Amino acid sequence: MMPTYVVRDSMTMLRRNLRHLSRYPSLAVMLIAIPVVFLLLFVYVFGGTLGAGLPVHGGGTRADYLTYLVPGIWIMTVSSVANGTAVAVAIDQTGGMFARFRTMDISRVSVLAGHVLGAVIRTVLALAVMIVVAVLLGFRSDAGLPGWLGAAGLVLLLAFSFTWLTVAMGLAAGSIETASNTPLVLMVLPIVSSGFVPTEQMPVGLRQFAEHQPFTPIIETLRSLTSGAPVASEGWFAVGWCVVIGAVGYLWSRRQLGRVPTR
Amino acid sequence: MTTSNRAAPKTPPVSAPGTAIAVVGLRKSFGDHHVLGGVDLTVPVGTVYALLGPNGAGKTTMVNILSTLLTADAGEVRVAGHDVRRAPGQVRSAIGVTGQFSAIDMFLTGRENLRLMADLSHLDRRGAARDVAALLERFDLVEAADRRALTWSGGMRRRLDLAMTLITRPRVIFLDEPTTGLDPRSRREVWDVVREQVADGVTVLLTTQYLEEADALADRVGVLDAGTLAAEGTPGELKALVPGDGTNLDDVFLALTGHAASAVDPADPTGAVAPADGIAPTDLTEKETTAR
Ligand SMILES: Nc1ncnc2c1ncn2[C@@H]1O[C@H](COP(=O)(O)OP(=O)(O)OP(=O)(O)O)[C@@H](O)[C@H]1O
Ligand SMILES: [Mg+2]
Repeated sequence: MMPTYVVRDSMTMLRRNLRHLSRYPSLAVMLIAIPVVFLLLFVYVFGGTLGAGLPVHGGGTRADYLTYLVPGIWIMTVSSVANGTAVAVAIDQTGGMFARFRTMDISRVSVLAGHVLGAVIRTVLALAVMIVVAVLLGFRSDAGLPGWLGAAGLVLLLAFSFTWLTVAMGLAAGSIETASNTPLVLMVLPIVSSGFVPTEQMPVGLRQFAEHQPFTPIIETLRSLTSGAPVASEGWFAVGWCVVIGAVGYLWSRRQLGRVPTR
Repeated sequence: MTTSNRAAPKTPPVSAPGTAIAVVGLRKSFGDHHVLGGVDLTVPVGTVYALLGPNGAGKTTMVNILSTLLTADAGEVRVAGHDVRRAPGQVRSAIGVTGQFSAIDMFLTGRENLRLMADLSHLDRRGAARDVAALLERFDLVEAADRRALTWSGGMRRRLDLAMTLITRPRVIFLDEPTTGLDPRSRREVWDVVREQVADGVTVLLTTQYLEEADALADRVGVLDAGTLAAEGTPGELKALVPGDGTNLDDVFLALTGHAASAVDPADPTGAVAPADGIAPTDLTEKETTAR
């Protein structure tokens, strides 16, 4: 397989993926709507009370809670788009398209490239929507350009890692239902982190889990970057977790792609 | 597809000239379930080989191994002159596969599906557009061409799948039960397509549960039963194995394996059940063999 064909075939696969997006925008819209609903729900229904519980002097306001919540909602957005990736991959696996591609002289990287690159593009679009919604609700940031660039880089790294993980989940699923259920864990985990409420307010067992799960350092790092605060050691944990998740997802995907779906 | 735009063979055989498919001592098990127990077969270039066998005989497993999707446990397999294990890329660039179940992109139109295959096999744009149009015409899919495949009937999807295989201009084609579920007219269309391909020098290995399909199309027939070739030969040779006149392959199958061929329920190997799609194979036999 010549390297020029790897790029050309990957672009062919990406075109196919984007064509799916343009033909069925409703699925993508729904996946973006889920974190938007969470944002509205938590800010307007729970935001007053949760804001009062924030560890700022004299208790915070609804606006303080919005600022606190936004990084967690970004993570949820990444998870939501990744969920759609698992479903799209499962459709190709169970529908025989991957098997068809594998009988053609196409590199394995190209076979998956459409889904991976397409997912990253979807995530960027979804995050742009989320930022606009948050600003409309009153979200403001003290961070400068370096902070925002750092935050963007970290979120993209996370999106890339989650994409590989959910590609593997989609390949392994065996059915489209399973593929849409397994990644729900990525939607639930941000709730049990420092994303929605400070971990100090959780009962002991839950708190230990929340403090040590991957989402907490990622969210804390994003919070520091977007508020202009210095990033402590959690920054390394954040990047480390992303790299580990991505590597596991990539290797698992490569293994799973060799399977022939049975019908 | 017309012969005029057919490219020269992409991969000339590097050994055993004249042999498109060579299989020696092929074995495959899933866990302790032995599916193929030592299969040998040779298919010369430009001929049709039919693998005939009931459900679960190992037909799809055979096709998956020959088309590089599965690796064998033991045995030598060469396709288009290349070892499937050592040179899968070269094998893949020479073959085309239409699997047992339609593998098409439901979210794309028929035309886009064909275009996708053309792009992935690196055809030049102008040639690809021409081949897409010719194949849509050939398979009677012009009217539906710009609708999403999701809205197509099962038979149309099967024909699109076959067209997607042909657009890559393979030298060796694998067809896994290509006519199961097709109406008699579409079935004859597929038979004609196979004959055209062979006339162009393409080699075809197909699997079937229909004896008259093997009879009508194949130069050689292998009767696969429980993972071994129970018999192999030209349709005429196989018929001669069973005494008496008016013998058909049904009798041959029964004589060789002790059970009937078409749509045998694995739980009840003695009962010959009507084919799943409700088309009685015998309906076709007379028309087809006389038309030939
Ligand atoms: N991935 C797998 N894991 C375990 N067993 C398998 C697998 N694939 C096939 N088998 C078994 O191997 C045997 C042969 O299957 P295969 O699909 O090759 O048969 P077939 O001749 O194509 O049947 P059919 O006419 O129903 O398509 C069956 O008993 C099947 O259950
Ligand atoms: Mg089969």
